[in-house]
Amino acid sequence: MYAFTYHRATGLRQAGNMLGKLEDSKILAGGQTLLPTMKQRLASPANLIDLGKVDGLKGIELKGRSLVIGAMTTHSEVATSPVVQQAIPALAELASMIGDPAVRHMGTLGGSIANNDPNSDYPAALVGLGATVITTKRRIEADAFFTGLFETALEADEIITKVSFPVPKKAAYMKFRNPASRFALVGVFVAKRSSEIRVAVTGAGASGVFRVPAFEEALKKRFSPKSLEGLSIPATGLNSDIHGSAEYRAHLVGVMARRAVAKAG
Amino acid sequence: MSATGIGAPVRRKEDYRFITGKGQYTDDLTRPGQTYITFVRSPHAHARIRRIDASAAKGMPGVVAVLTGADLAADKVGSLICGWAITSKDGSPMKMAPHPAIANTKANHVGDPVAVVVAETQAQAKDAAEKVVVDYEVLPAVVDPAKAQAKSAPQIHEVAPGNTIYEWHLGDQKAVEAAFKGAKHVTRLDIVNNRLVPNAMEPRAAIAEYDAGNDSLTLWNTTQNPHVARLVISAFVGIAPEHKLRVIAPDVGGGFGSKIFIYPEEVVCLWAARKVNRPVKWVSERTEAFVADAHGRDHVTHAEMAFDGEGKILALRAKTIANLGAYMSTFSSSVPTYLYATLLSGQYEIPQIYCEVDAVYTNTVPVDAYRGAGRPEATFVVERLVEVGAREMQIDPADLRRRNFVKKFPHQTPVIMAYDAGDYNASLKKAMELADVKGFAKRKRESARAGKLRGLGYSTYIEACGIAPSQAVGSLGAGVGLWESAEVRVNPTGSVEVLTGCHQHGQGHETTFAQVVSDRLGIPIENVSVVHGDTDKVQFGMGTYGSRSGAVGISAIVKALDKVEAKAKKVASHLLEAAEADIVFENGQFKVAGTDKVAAFGDVALNAYIAHKFSGQELEPGLKEGSFYDPTNFTFPAGCHICEVEVDTETGQVEVVAWTAVDDFGKVINPMIVEGQVHGGIAQGVGQALLENTTYDTDGQLVTGSYMDYTMPRADNLPSFRVETTETLAPSNPLGIKGCGEAGAIASPAAVINAITDALGTEEIAMPATPAAVWAALQKVNQSRKAAE
Repeated sequence: MYAFTYHRATGLRQAGNMLGKLEDSKILAGGQTLLPTMKQRLASPANLIDLGKVDGLKGIELKGRSLVIGAMTTHSEVATSPVVQQAIPALAELASMIGDPAVRHMGTLGGSIANNDPNSDYPAALVGLGATVITTKRRIEADAFFTGLFETALEADEIITKVSFPVPKKAAYMKFRNPASRFALVGVFVAKRSSEIRVAVTGAGASGVFRVPAFEEALKKRFSPKSLEGLSIPATGLNSDIHGSAEYRAHLVGVMARRAVAKAG
Repeated sequence: MSATGIGAPVRRKEDYRFITGKGQYTDDLTRPGQTYITFVRSPHAHARIRRIDASAAKGMPGVVAVLTGADLAADKVGSLICGWAITSKDGSPMKMAPHPAIANTKANHVGDPVAVVVAETQAQAKDAAEKVVVDYEVLPAVVDPAKAQAKSAPQIHEVAPGNTIYEWHLGDQKAVEAAFKGAKHVTRLDIVNNRLVPNAMEPRAAIAEYDAGNDSLTLWNTTQNPHVARLVISAFVGIAPEHKLRVIAPDVGGGFGSKIFIYPEEVVCLWAARKVNRPVKWVSERTEAFVADAHGRDHVTHAEMAFDGEGKILALRAKTIANLGAYMSTFSSSVPTYLYATLLSGQYEIPQIYCEVDAVYTNTVPVDAYRGAGRPEATFVVERLVEVGAREMQIDPADLRRRNFVKKFPHQTPVIMAYDAGDYNASLKKAMELADVKGFAKRKRESARAGKLRGLGYSTYIEACGIAPSQAVGSLGAGVGLWESAEVRVNPTGSVEVLTGCHQHGQGHETTFAQVVSDRLGIPIENVSVVHGDTDKVQFGMGTYGSRSGAVGISAIVKALDKVEAKAKKVASHLLEAAEADIVFENGQFKVAGTDKVAAFGDVALNAYIAHKFSGQELEPGLKEGSFYDPTNFTFPAGCHICEVEVDTETGQVEVVAWTAVDDFGKVINPMIVEGQVHGGIAQGVGQALLENTTYDTDGQLVTGSYMDYTMPRADNLPSFRVETTETLAPSNPLGIKGCGEAGAIASPAAVINAITDALGTEEIAMPATPAAVWAALQKVNQSRKAAE
């Protein structure tokens, strides 16, 4: 780890100002990716702005037909929350599958989606559920939020405050883990709302989370694993590495999608 | 059996300090005035070092020294060595290339040290290390052992043309060829035994301290064999004379072989400590360990087994290319030769065996012994050949094994080993019962109903442990003897310290060795301490590896205990005023036979030291005896492991659903510890078979350089194990111990792959059988099925 300056923010406005003004600064929102990367000297921000003591960024609340989760809420809090388990059990389960207990007790929703690791779980849930990311500046639809590998629509001094998830009728997440890292080799989040069906895939795409319109169309006719039989996605644009070829990942997208639909019931 | 004696499942005495965080590992130690060292490592697999500019690094804050290979050469620090001489078929010696602790002219693998920085803090050392400018001329690299000998392959060391270290063989080639000519059936296999990264929980570490007043050095080091380290560093590297170098191996958190070897880092710490006249500390990081610790396995083999019409094995032949990496590590040469080919007879009566082994250099991390060392590779070859042979000849695989088991002992194999005791039918039978092999067909149908494939695989393995009779290994090229030493010191109050030349780094010696003493002397186990891991305390010893500490280390203790008892009887005869011949020792008491005269062990111990009851002419005071025990044979643990898997055909995911292990370890001192050893061994073997996939790209970059890509086995990769033992005593040592540390890792890879290939109906699956690999194999099976239709 290189030397850096640690700042403990006490308010959101102050944090946003620091983020805009301090050179080479990063938000510390759990640090479960950032700190290991810094320890390996692969990242070297000059300033870390810790949101841990900023009020109002934690919490889970059911507001009408939406589940609103504060950005600094940990994966463990989401996984074990009766409110989440009741409203969107698939989301609680997804959170319970992130990393290991230590990671889940430190890592946060906001930190995870701001990092947008292409193999992480939350992007699939946000896109799959059609969630809205609420920041210090605006509301961003999930479809527009994740813009590429480790890239988001966030501006340099913009901070995520909460995420609003519409409560679906049915939803499920199926994750096929990378055997080594236990990140998603392929994760598929399927959700059915009255108006639409969404199928979002993480882990497989060379530019991060993506939707599968062909699967969504097929499921609109009938929400059943049978509707997806024989359907697959092209391997082009998918990751290929020692853990699986693009063809294998393309195949797994179909398998995990069918299993997710079956699980959603 | 007493509650703490031989055979009792005594809780491990050492665990209190480990689980309460009071262990003292090398990294826990801090010496006054300590500095920190960081190694600048080559980012290239093969590169000439044109120039090193250390000027910027030297000017960085806190830097004490920047040292290079040129400085090391100028100080005439010797090369690291491989201590086991192997002779090629043509009579030529192995081609051992120089291995400077810091590369001077050429880096030969990613991670090869090219310079070091010594600084006041670890962070300062790291910062300065980044400022060392190395001008490299990048050269083409070779990483694949099968390609290393090609004419087009880059030449790594001048002394080894074609990158060939030796071309060795064992067995009677002509007799084997004749046997194959007469065969009714021949099974052929191409096998890659995948390279593994050891990954002990505690990364390697060293602290070196120079005492200018006495011109002596002390090294705290994560080593499995402190005396061997001292010997090599003194006699070959020439850092300090043996009596001026103390090596301490404090608590060590796992080794699995990787901490046997004498590495560049500890040599450099010692050299640098004298140079800067301050203690120098190095603690490896996990990422560093991937490129700095010797790897394991990495064989490419073609093997064939010849059968007669009744399924009797007539002969086996194998040609193996063994990748030893960029340099010959300490015992690397012995692993693919005398620890491998000598075990190719398995549990079977095989009249003729011939094995050729070419060892090659590549631009990869050096390869040396890793849990099992040669024997897992041999077991994999034999057990895959037998299993595939059974399928090809449509003979039940258990039945084919039974037809070929060695049943009469002693049994001389055609490859050196003389098996002295065993009952292979017994372990197979018991394992089949426990695994409910009869119910497998039903379970397979149930899996099929759930859309899954189920398979069952056997591995009836043998290994040679208790390494080893010194004369025997000497005749095979070993540079050292492999006896063990022990000293039993009885204190005046009757408590006992046992000094052993073995070293524990997870095996539980502080418990098992104390059990042997408690059992023999009839004293509470709390009254026994085991002392090890310090060359100033224990005079000499060969350390712990090769499952030798029970068979060899405990045997030395037993011999010393014999002497203690004999001496104590003399003391007791004076104390009890009886003839020495009339003294018997039972349940911790000395008795005069036929009388009620009794002296407790503690009384005798006290009298040995106060010496009031005998004169110095009659008897020396004190009660302390030592022994050197040299085994008369290897020991031959053997057993049967049965693995059952379920394969998800849609994803290729293999789940190990059941595991049965029935092992014959001879006399078991502590069944709980033995079971733990078996569990760990199986986990490592399953890791090799399913998960661990050390991958280099063609440029020689280690692709699997962290846990993000290198898959370690985890609890959820494994089922609950059924572990049982059978017992035939090893005739070569006093208690009949065979050894248990490596059995799990030796037996299990073949059992897993035999189960997977049984499930898939194809033999075309290599280790590790990752989901992607299994899925690809299934695609091939389906395609060929479609083509056939």
